[in-house]
Amino acid sequence: MKFKNNTLRFLFLACVLFSCNDDFVEIESTNVSSENYFNNEEEYQLALIGAYDLLQSTYLNVMLGEIASDNTLAGGENATDVPGIQQVDDMIHTTFNSQLRDIFNWMFAGVNRANYILEFQDKTDFEGRTNIIAQTRFLRAYYYFELIKWFGDVPLVVDQRFGFGDQFAVDRTPVAEIYAQIELDLQYAAENLPITQPIAGQVTQGAAKSLLGKILLFQEKFSEAATVLDEVITSGTYDLVVDYSTLFENDNENNIESVFEVQYTDLEGAGFGCLQCSEGNVAVGFQGVRGYKGPLFESGFSFNVPTQETWDAFEEEDLRRDYAILNIDKFAEENQDYNNNSGVSYGTGYEHTGYFNRKYIPRKGDANIGDQNLTNPNNYRSIRFADVLLMAAEAHNRKSNANDTKAQEYLNRVLVRAFGDDSRNVSLTGAALTEKIWDERRIELVGEGHRFFDLVRTGQADQYIDGFQVNKHELFPIPQIEIELTGNRWSQNPGY
Amino acid sequence: MKQLTAFLLFVAFSGYAQTITGTVVDQMSSEPIPGATVLVKNSSNGTNADFDGNFMLSNIQPNSILIVSSIGYKTSEVNIKNNTTLTITLEEDIESLSEVVVVGYGTQTKKEITGAVSVVTSETIEAIKPTRIEQALQGQVAGVNITSSSGAPGAGLDIRIRGISTNGNNAPLILVDGNVISELSVINPNDVASVSVLKDASAGIYGTRSANGVILITTKTGRRATPLEFEYNGYVGMQSTTRKIPTLNATEYALLVNEAYAAAGDDLPYPNAHNLGQGTDWQDALFQWAPITSNDLSVRGGGEKSKYSGGISYFTQDGIIGGPKASFKRLNGRLNYNLEVFDFLDIKASMLYSGTERQTLPENAIGSLLYNAGNMPPTLPLYDANGNPSRAIGLPIEVVNPLAQDKASLNETLSDRISGVFGIKLTPFENFTAQANYQWNYTEVLGRYFGPIVDFGEEGISDKIFDNLEQRTFSNPLDIYRDYTFDAYLNYEEIFLEDHTLKLTLGTSVYSAYAEGYGSTGVGMPEITNIDQADVNDANQIIPRFINVSNRFNEERLLSYFGRVQYDYDGKYILSGVIRRDSSSKFGPSNKTAFFPSGSFGWILSEENFLEDSGFFDFVKIRGSWGVLGNDRINSFLYQPLLDGEGVYVFDNQLAYGVAQGAPANPEVKWEEQETFDIGVDLRFWEDTVSLTADYYQRKTKDLLLRVETSGILGVSAPGSGLPIANAGTIQNKGFELELGYEKQFSDNFRLDINYNFSTIENEVLEVNNSVGDVPGGTFGIGNLVGPAQMRAGFPMGYFYGFKTDGIFQNQAEVDAHPSQIGLGANASPGDFRFMDVNQDGEIDQDDRMYLGKPIPDITMGLNLSFDYKNFDFQSYFFASLGFETVRNYDRGHPLTNKTTLVLNRWTGPGTSNTSPRLTTAATTNNLFSDFYVEDGSFLRAQNMQLGYTIDPKHTSFEKVRVYMSVNNAFTLTKYQGYDPTTSTGSPLGGGFDQGFYPNPRTFIMGLNVKF
Repeated sequence: MKFKNNTLRFLFLACVLFSCNDDFVEIESTNVSSENYFNNEEEYQLALIGAYDLLQSTYLNVMLGEIASDNTLAGGENATDVPGIQQVDDMIHTTFNSQLRDIFNWMFAGVNRANYILEFQDKTDFEGRTNIIAQTRFLRAYYYFELIKWFGDVPLVVDQRFGFGDQFAVDRTPVAEIYAQIELDLQYAAENLPITQPIAGQVTQGAAKSLLGKILLFQEKFSEAATVLDEVITSGTYDLVVDYSTLFENDNENNIESVFEVQYTDLEGAGFGCLQCSEGNVAVGFQGVRGYKGPLFESGFSFNVPTQETWDAFEEEDLRRDYAILNIDKFAEENQDYNNNSGVSYGTGYEHTGYFNRKYIPRKGDANIGDQNLTNPNNYRSIRFADVLLMAAEAHNRKSNANDTKAQEYLNRVLVRAFGDDSRNVSLTGAALTEKIWDERRIELVGEGHRFFDLVRTGQADQYIDGFQVNKHELFPIPQIEIELTGNRWSQNPGY
Repeated sequence: MKQLTAFLLFVAFSGYAQTITGTVVDQMSSEPIPGATVLVKNSSNGTNADFDGNFMLSNIQPNSILIVSSIGYKTSEVNIKNNTTLTITLEEDIESLSEVVVVGYGTQTKKEITGAVSVVTSETIEAIKPTRIEQALQGQVAGVNITSSSGAPGAGLDIRIRGISTNGNNAPLILVDGNVISELSVINPNDVASVSVLKDASAGIYGTRSANGVILITTKTGRRATPLEFEYNGYVGMQSTTRKIPTLNATEYALLVNEAYAAAGDDLPYPNAHNLGQGTDWQDALFQWAPITSNDLSVRGGGEKSKYSGGISYFTQDGIIGGPKASFKRLNGRLNYNLEVFDFLDIKASMLYSGTERQTLPENAIGSLLYNAGNMPPTLPLYDANGNPSRAIGLPIEVVNPLAQDKASLNETLSDRISGVFGIKLTPFENFTAQANYQWNYTEVLGRYFGPIVDFGEEGISDKIFDNLEQRTFSNPLDIYRDYTFDAYLNYEEIFLEDHTLKLTLGTSVYSAYAEGYGSTGVGMPEITNIDQADVNDANQIIPRFINVSNRFNEERLLSYFGRVQYDYDGKYILSGVIRRDSSSKFGPSNKTAFFPSGSFGWILSEENFLEDSGFFDFVKIRGSWGVLGNDRINSFLYQPLLDGEGVYVFDNQLAYGVAQGAPANPEVKWEEQETFDIGVDLRFWEDTVSLTADYYQRKTKDLLLRVETSGILGVSAPGSGLPIANAGTIQNKGFELELGYEKQFSDNFRLDINYNFSTIENEVLEVNNSVGDVPGGTFGIGNLVGPAQMRAGFPMGYFYGFKTDGIFQNQAEVDAHPSQIGLGANASPGDFRFMDVNQDGEIDQDDRMYLGKPIPDITMGLNLSFDYKNFDFQSYFFASLGFETVRNYDRGHPLTNKTTLVLNRWTGPGTSNTSPRLTTAATTNNLFSDFYVEDGSFLRAQNMQLGYTIDPKHTSFEKVRVYMSVNNAFTLTKYQGYDPTTSTGSPLGGGFDQGFYPNPRTFIMGLNVKF
């Protein structure tokens, strides 16, 4: 029975070996679990930074929005330089468009980061929590407003995140419901935010009210829009910068005219593989003058070039013209003495018009760490006081009991700065005044990404934009892949 | 009756016990074989030969049978008859059936093996002169495919055993003397005694990490009771490129640029094109002859109760592009020591060290050096009037002077790897052994990357993506990887009732690994001329590498228990079963642990009476195996929602570092399971001169761990986020493998050895269970559609997915008659591709893409031919891959970039071409990914040809002196037009897009082997 004996010995030795416990494979990441966070004020503040982060990716919304309009052409290096951008310019974009998909995804990433904080908004109480929650709700409203401007109905989620698997159970929420939620968020933000924040770049009460005014205007709730925008104007917190020529310079960021500014820096960049990761304003490098050598500016990729018609829309005497649009030939002529008379030189890209979006092209003297063209520090003046005045003017002019006097007053403030005197002040009323306000919006805000959406909301897009088809191009298509990824349950926007 | 006679004889001679002495010698050289084992059959009486091959045995009956064996020799049975002094000769054996093969927590003889195991011996390795051990497997083993992601010095190679079974990590498990190694550069190929490749379920004993097969490397050890022996191997060589891609000369280029401009109605850029001559050949300027050297010294020996070996080697290689800027240096050290402390206790210790220094240049990417060499206009000079590399003005932002890139490249990667094993083996009772091994690996990888101020395009303008006009940067990421494995197992072996052999193994294995990163990026560095001068402390500003996320970027653990039963009846029937219980830290609480069974059988027909006397077959074995293996090779903590994303914004003009969620967590993620089945046969015939092994296998991987394309509403494209992991697919590989060997010693002067192997792979994705039904991958060109490579049910993994051309539109009428192509971004004109309306919906859009080819070869084969004649030896090694495609993606396709001579066949008017489109500067869809860019990659390569001469030992004071000359990568037969059809990024999805792979060099070598 030697065999049996050995078997027992074998089993004994085996048991000695088997002393390790399953606990051995229970390990914790050294990264913090997102579900055990928000235990103190600092953790809320750090998560809030994460929610702001996606504002930087709106450079694409601004640039592509401008290109979609009649203000500019796509430009670039050649006819196939970033096909997604070229197609939007020509209104031949399809349901497969990388840039449109980026906008869709990046804005939802912003929504999710805001909702992450709001999901845990009641977890820990501390002084100043309301301020954080109010900023967060503004950000959610900001991202959702971008989504509905571009895509119309999109899934709405409030105070919770979409988790893995949820994507198969959500439908597109009607725009009206999303507007309602945005209004709630912005009203909360307006009520709970301070007039000024200690840190430049954080959302203020004025920003919340201005964005609320804007979304009311988009819904043609003119009376309500006029009221809330009046509050911003009369608060005395903001004013026009006297010298328009300084408005977009990097040493004049977060100025008195800035109601809300998206903050960028030249200190940390990214590559083409993750443009949303850059801390710089990616659009600026894209819009720079191709092969430029000369004073003040640096070169770029010559996208988003204003048309001759846009240049011509400015009066000769308009002080804004040469600072809104860079007329490169004129500029070269004025700077022939630059660098021992070597002057200004530049290349010509695709759809070269000779005009560039001077508000957002690269300036000399930036560190541009990372990629030279993707890490420009130019803050995007998202909501300017001039915009607020023009929105208020429009609201007063178009509300049911119109107050054209007020509208003229606001419009004339913008015009006085534009021409340095009251020579162009208007006393128009009614529809003529509306037209004038709209024209002035285009000129004052050229290059800032508003034009396409203004034309759409006022029903004029087909008159101005080549290739624009009514009942189709008011909205961009939901990226086809995103429809598939949510289980093919969403309908596509009309016409696509 | 026979037995009775034997019994009677035994009885008759018993009582005449005597002492015998003898010498064991090599049959060929008559040199003594020290340490040979001499056993008396059917007794426990035995001994080992001493240093001089002498042995003495007492108490031996006449007519006893001695069993004499030694590693590397065929075991011999000798009837001593009435002799008392004997000279026993042993025949050297490279592939004997009694050869011991390491198969996982134990060894088996080749005869006993029931799995699909292939072995590459040191002879083959010595002949091939691989710079890395992986190369020794290329074309040597059926079912093993080696691809290089680059021919650059120091670049890794990808080993694929039996196809692509997962879309994640397909690398096999590699053990060196039982120690798990992730980076094979630690191994000096000359130290390797043998490589075993476990291809089927027999790998199962290694469990979770073995789903892609197992490679067991045994290093050369000393032998007990042998004198100290030294061996030196060295070679020097020169390398050059095997190919240049034919591109346009300056005149052709200028004429074609003019043509493109004229087509769009633009002014001609080169009005005097005919005067431009040949112009610059950028490839000539880039490729150079580059040296390669290897020196290696090893020692081995053994005492009465110990054996030891060690080695040191130094290897250097410069690049055929970039020379020292793409160089690799490696220092290896190795020590092995085994000691029998007591009769029942053995210990072993071994240590491996590898230090490498590598410099790299951008390669296989848009804008890499070789890409630019093909795209820079031949009209530009190499250098401008001031002797600086000329500027690439007016060209796309990625296309720059490759000589300027070479000059600006200042980087190095330094690595130190140390591995150690300490093991004890106990024999506490008869029939038992208990072993425990503790193994550890420690790796430090320090990158030193300098970003100089560079200006490749127009001076003073940042018009190139590589331009950096403002601040010099320097980053020094340091990654530290540690892992520990503890194995303990118990073997029990017993023969009962004479014919029944039972072997049991029970064991446990514990694995723990973690990795940490350090380092920073310095901004505003002073100028340097040599990378060694860079010090981050000289920077104006230092940005840490990890802010608000942990610097521990990996941690993982495994706990396994395993048991194995092997049963052998009469040496004819072998059964084996394995069960493993594996727990992995990669999965959530309810999915951590899983059981994985496997089993195999073998039937040695040649032991059966009906074959025993056939005279034709020397050995016949039929074997089969089945098993399920688990795979957990995904990143850690993917089941947990973590704040490992990137949340950075700017407040008060300063960077503000916050926190953000990473990729969405999937708490349900679980083990990927691979079910494998193999049936095979091993034959030897014609007096043992021919061996044949054939296998048919099927591997099905289900619950594939995939990064699934996921709706953007989950926030997956936020900075630092990513796609979630899920068990979402099934892949199947099927194939047939054949290994055929012929070896014969025709005379004292002539020996011939031929080995041929052949394998087929049929790879098919059976299921992709995400909502879109496919996983996109790869990139083609610039601004192209997502997913030129796809994983989709019904197709091979990573197949090429694009438009199918149906000729060229010859005139406007043809354009008008075809569905509109505007959905692709531009209206077609005559001279453009006509894309097929695959879904027949009347318009051409993204949905009209289809299968265009696949990167996985249908058939791979290898042929090794060697013969010795007198003192000369000759070896040659060929391998071939047939039936796969590679994508030509090294042409920028821009009107002003240079082009390959393919463009000379372009369409220039009706009837001129139906395959190659017109040239124009206008927007076209001709650059979209279509079958035009897909080429047959099939090739046959002569990997090595070598001629050696061994100097007669009588003429030297050394034991052996051999000199040789060799050519590696001698020639390649292929229709592929790129540099090297053997290269691939190794990625299952998108691996076959050739953006200018750094080609594998052709190397001419002269070398010397000395033993003393």
